[in-house]
Amino acid sequence: MSFAPYAVAIWIFLVGLYGVVTSRHLMHLVICLSVVQSSTYLLLLGIGYRTDGAASIFVDIPPNTKAVDPVVKALTLTDVVVGAAVTALLLALTVQAKKRFGTLDPDELDPLRD
Amino acid sequence: MTALQVAALVVVAVGALAVVAARDPLRQAIVASFYGLSLGVLFFTFAAPDVALSSIVIGSVALPTIILLALAKISDRDS
Amino acid sequence: MSAGESAHTPRRPGEISFATRRTLFLVSALVLAGVMVWALGGVPSFGDYHGVYGLVLNHVAVPERHATNVITAVNFDYRGFDTLGEEFILFAAVLGLALILREGRDEEEGPPDDDASGRRVVGASNAVRLITVLLIGPTVVLAGYVIVHGPITPGGGFQGGVIAATALLFVYLGGEYLTLRRVRPLPAVEITKAAGAGAFVLIGAGGLIFGTAFLANFLPLGTAGDVFSAGTMQPLSVAVGLEVTGGFVLILSEFLDQTLVVRRRGGAR
Repeated sequence: MSFAPYAVAIWIFLVGLYGVVTSRHLMHLVICLSVVQSSTYLLLLGIGYRTDGAASIFVDIPPNTKAVDPVVKALTLTDVVVGAAVTALLLALTVQAKKRFGTLDPDELDPLRD
Repeated sequence: MTALQVAALVVVAVGALAVVAARDPLRQAIVASFYGLSLGVLFFTFAAPDVALSSIVIGSVALPTIILLALAKISDRDS
Repeated sequence: MSAGESAHTPRRPGEISFATRRTLFLVSALVLAGVMVWALGGVPSFGDYHGVYGLVLNHVAVPERHATNVITAVNFDYRGFDTLGEEFILFAAVLGLALILREGRDEEEGPPDDDASGRRVVGASNAVRLITVLLIGPTVVLAGYVIVHGPITPGGGFQGGVIAATALLFVYLGGEYLTLRRVRPLPAVEITKAAGAGAFVLIGAGGLIFGTAFLANFLPLGTAGDVFSAGTMQPLSVAVGLEVTGGFVLILSEFLDQTLVVRRRGGAR
């Protein structure tokens, strides 16, 4: 039972990867990529968790109570925001791809064509 | 592991599958919004309220909006 | 345009069919899953994290830095350098997006036309307008609160910045985006974003000037729990908030411009 968060992280990673590999629409591909990214957030937070730990914010609890690891939380926090910006960049690329090539099917897009 | 954490994990796992299985990007945007919300709840049960705040704002609001706007531009060129 | 999993007959020599690709993936995914399970089997079981750095930080951050939100202390003080890197990833991503969506040679900016299939501009109903206008103010105030109270309560520059950017969404939903576009100069948004990024570096350089390391916390520390108690963490949080706000507002407005305003030269879209 204590392996469950990691198992779910692996599951999400593989499900997202399946979506990327078998995608027929570039935007669907980009969203599946963001799902793969979210699996890493789950993994990070799962590693840093301490049972019955509180959040690492000591406004109203004495500073020596058992708390979860703050480093992974800081990392995941910035990751979520920056990951969304990168996904937006990828979506802009798909908009341009539609303009230039007229199709959004990854199988139709041939890098060596015109 | 508390029951709440287990329940949140199950919802997230099912949500990820739903996001991939929704092949039409329009439907996928809505499902992705729900997925961001369920991720936020999961992070909250992991004693990380600020990460949950981030996930809810981004995954439920900002990202689906960007997807929908890009989609509008794409299908615009179809017609 | 169907995006389903229909079979795709190979058209070019050497290309594999969809079914082959899927089988190949499933086999390798099984292998990958096995490797990952084996790797994560060696990780300490859930809830039992032994890492020392986090433990030390939890005990030390409040007395040392007078900041009660240890995560913000990690982000803007102990590991401020990593935050600088993340911030520049954001900057570069938004820059790339603005470059990609610039007007092409065959496009021009025409009169606004909010449609996906030939409708004219449809204004929002009065109820929607009222609610969105009412919500813009509290959203911006909430964002400012989250940013400034970063070192104390959950929050900080990153979350508050995104919340502030969603205020623009309210404007769009209320149907006033085109009015805003005339009023809002795009350079101001870009300057905000660049100023935020630059301010982060400048405050860090202030650490250098005052004799200690880059990004060291050199402003006076107050008592824990007060708003202005954590030294450089506050200005750094505000700088990051500015940059994230500017970045996401730019992203949203680029996409909105694309849908509403930019079109192919000659009238056809």
